[in-house]
Amino acid sequence: MSLDEIKIGGLGASRRRVEDNRFIRGKGNYVDDVVLPGMLHMEILRSPIAHARIRSIDVSGAWAIPGVRLVLTGEMMAARNLAWMPTLSYDTQAVLATDKVRFQGQEVACVIADDPYIAKDGCEAIVVDYEPLPPIVNPTQAMAPGAPLIRDDKVNQNDNVIFDWEVGDRDGTDRAFAEADVVSEIDMHYPRSHPSPIEACGSIADFDRSTSKLTVYMTTQAPHIIRAAVSLVAEIPEHMIRIIAPDLGGGFGNKVPVYPGYVASILASILLERPVKWIEDKSGNLISTGFGRDVYLKGQMALRNDGKILGVRMHTDSDHGAFFSDAQPSKFKIGLMHSAFACYDIPNAHLTARGVYTNKAPGGVAYRCSFRVTEAMYFQERMVQAAADDLGMDQAQFRRVNLVRDDDFPHRTPFGFLTDSGQYEKCLDIGLEAIGYEQFLADKEEAAKRGRLLGIGISTMTEPLGAGNSREYDILGIKMFDSAELRVHMTGKAILRTGAKTQGQGHETTWAQIVAHELGIPADDIVVEEGDTDTAPFGMGTYASRSTPVAGAAVAMVSRKIRAKARKIAAHLLEVSEEDIEWELGRFHVRGAPDRGVTIQECAMAAYSNVPDGLEPGLENNAYYDPPNLTWPFACYIATVEVDPETGVWDVLRVVAVDDCGVRINPMIVEGQIMGGLTEAYAMANMQFITFDEDGNCVGSNYMDYLLPTAWETPGFELHEVVTPCPHHPIGAKGIGECATVGGPAAFVNAVMDALKGTGVRNIDMPLLPDRVHEALTLRHDVSGAPPVKGG
Amino acid sequence: MTSLFEEVTPSSGDDIPTTRVELNLNGERRAANVEPRLLLAHLIRNGFRLTGTHTGCDTTNCGACTVLYDGQPVKSCTMFAVQANGHEVTTVEGMATASELHPVQEGFKDEHGLQCGFCTPGMMLSAKALLDENPNPTEDEVRWALSGNLCRCTGYQNIVKAVLWAAQKMRGEIPGDPDVSADAGEES
Repeated sequence: MSLDEIKIGGLGASRRRVEDNRFIRGKGNYVDDVVLPGMLHMEILRSPIAHARIRSIDVSGAWAIPGVRLVLTGEMMAARNLAWMPTLSYDTQAVLATDKVRFQGQEVACVIADDPYIAKDGCEAIVVDYEPLPPIVNPTQAMAPGAPLIRDDKVNQNDNVIFDWEVGDRDGTDRAFAEADVVSEIDMHYPRSHPSPIEACGSIADFDRSTSKLTVYMTTQAPHIIRAAVSLVAEIPEHMIRIIAPDLGGGFGNKVPVYPGYVASILASILLERPVKWIEDKSGNLISTGFGRDVYLKGQMALRNDGKILGVRMHTDSDHGAFFSDAQPSKFKIGLMHSAFACYDIPNAHLTARGVYTNKAPGGVAYRCSFRVTEAMYFQERMVQAAADDLGMDQAQFRRVNLVRDDDFPHRTPFGFLTDSGQYEKCLDIGLEAIGYEQFLADKEEAAKRGRLLGIGISTMTEPLGAGNSREYDILGIKMFDSAELRVHMTGKAILRTGAKTQGQGHETTWAQIVAHELGIPADDIVVEEGDTDTAPFGMGTYASRSTPVAGAAVAMVSRKIRAKARKIAAHLLEVSEEDIEWELGRFHVRGAPDRGVTIQECAMAAYSNVPDGLEPGLENNAYYDPPNLTWPFACYIATVEVDPETGVWDVLRVVAVDDCGVRINPMIVEGQIMGGLTEAYAMANMQFITFDEDGNCVGSNYMDYLLPTAWETPGFELHEVVTPCPHHPIGAKGIGECATVGGPAAFVNAVMDALKGTGVRNIDMPLLPDRVHEALTLRHDVSGAPPVKGG
Repeated sequence: MTSLFEEVTPSSGDDIPTTRVELNLNGERRAANVEPRLLLAHLIRNGFRLTGTHTGCDTTNCGACTVLYDGQPVKSCTMFAVQANGHEVTTVEGMATASELHPVQEGFKDEHGLQCGFCTPGMMLSAKALLDENPNPTEDEVRWALSGNLCRCTGYQNIVKAVLWAAQKMRGEIPGDPDVSADAGEES
């Protein structure tokens, strides 16, 4: 009688993705695929120099090219009060440079023309006279006495320091260190990296003078925040702005901020009263848009001889580039760095953090992570391995001694977060069993006798995903909650809209599964739409693995509101009181008489044709969900490697992942997220970083210099799962999209460092390029820490 | 490409002469007058309005713009449109017939071989070219054949599975599907 939830595509079904039907036919609709009548094309002229005063800009050459319609410079922007715009971290950022350029790739002028080739010709015809200034490419230089002042545009900014921040218990931590048997120390750099979705950024601004309405197609993960930002920056009433995020070719945090290109295309459209399309090229994307990481750490751990961690000290120096435009909750200056050590039972911890300006691109976006959590967990797991080594203790056993136990929840972390659920040791056990830990240690010893270097690395971590709650999490004062709106039509079919924005995560598939689970409407009968601010309810968008924890919860809650109303209708149709109605998936029946029932579809029809007196017609509702806490998934990643001592090249032998993200809505999609994340983890450990030479030239401005792993070098992954439902999420789910990117890098680096154990090398900074490994092995020293290894 | 009216850029006196290109695009004869510097990817996307061919990197690295050129995978962002004159070009839009998907397309959906979908058309065309030459590839051969196409979402494992699935199907073996009962989203 009862519906089979898997058959209707409900919770737990590996439902094939509905969005794939267009993508596999080449019928996706990305920003560059949108063509509007009369549309013009914009290109950006960027600074070739990292730090320079602009003496003059001569745009006459561009104007002379037939087909050029407009040339925008900082001076023209300034005349409209648009030369600078606010960032998401209460700083300002130049839209087009007026006084100085502050990083290589900074936007200097824009040319709008009939086609993109002419616009590029126009950019090449502009002559800019630069007076070079000394560039600053790392925090050490930025904080040196007498360092050139990068932000001389800011009143009261007399040095290059952006913030000096601390969190935790300084005195308690000092006492812990005083009682320690052993103090373990390590210096590290988490290098600058770029999220680099294959699709770069772009926009099409379309201002219609007759209606005063501005429509902008935009590569954005957070369309509603952008609408508010555009309203404030461009002084256009918010109801006259429509932001449409069409299909996004990946995001990974890169498409959260507001970029100068968006703003310039909007102004150009207003001035020309025609649609203006801006499509960034890959080089522009890599050198100017939101990067991730670039943090130096000094870490110390107070240890007891039996392996117990008594306290942790962390100091970070972070490089934010020329403008502080981190996308993160307002009150946390270095994101959620202080979520470090959340999975360990540690009584005391203290973090000091200093952020500086440099002559590098701004950003500090959460690159596939929840606001600096990637750095936090990497530092944590590298410190843990170094501490185990310093104590001469097995790295798995050291973790076992310190992991929070299953019966210790809720658990207050050393920096004050509240974790609520998990089976940490079980995940570790499954991982060790799967990799064959004991056997590998024996094999490693055997191989060492023949001069081969094998290593095994473990990374265990819980991370905070799903900002907010709104008490603690806001961006520029806007509370971090999310939303869903569900309209059930009279034939029982439905449309669902949310304030999130999918970029490949498969919301069109999985949100329908939540509705199917709550209402018994087959998932195929529900269409999901996101990304259009004129139709979607207000939400904060998709990043920080927050869609399932927040918007996904809103989908469940709005479905329950619909069910509550349908119950009243069912009582009316069955002529019994509401209290005598029972719910089974997809159907109400009379208590004690299961044959007397009505389906949810029959209730939907009645909502439009036979409503009881006193009840509003229709079956539509919305929900705004403010989570009581973050969700805390747990993961154990284990990698084994072999290092070639002759060349420094290391090969991955196996990768085992054990993820506990609570209840899985669509196991196929969850596994896809984990494998994608592991690949980015491997990339950062092995090859992927953006660095700068001493002149501030970006090394990594294209895919020939910025290496991303291909199918050839990417290892295979073996996935395992544990399910500890989230106690406060309506369907028990936790975030998952970023776990492997966050926890994965340390597993690879720990494995290489394990292979090097006994050589005296304590750390090599990522990426573990062959020359770095070779240098460390040959010269028996660390290749790590500040000042930077090479360049920035 | 015939139209009664086409607005052109006003003459500057030193206009670049256009060249006529005639090619077979997805089995259909198409022609256009193009500037010699126009890239093939832009002719396909902006000229013929087939937007399934994506441009990702402009430097021949990412492979999102991969099309088949006389059956061989090429990166259309680094070929001039004029080079296609007299040749056959197949894009993602040419893979499926009106009623039937190509097995590679089916495989990508069935094995969750895509997430954001941006690399997918190029990836599928590289896979098709491989399977046209080698109907029974090993996993290593698939990985090598796809190594000119970057994906940031999937980690490649499911892409490889998708291609092996398609190979099996093209050989007339029906691939096993452990999740068949869960396929509520499958098309009929």
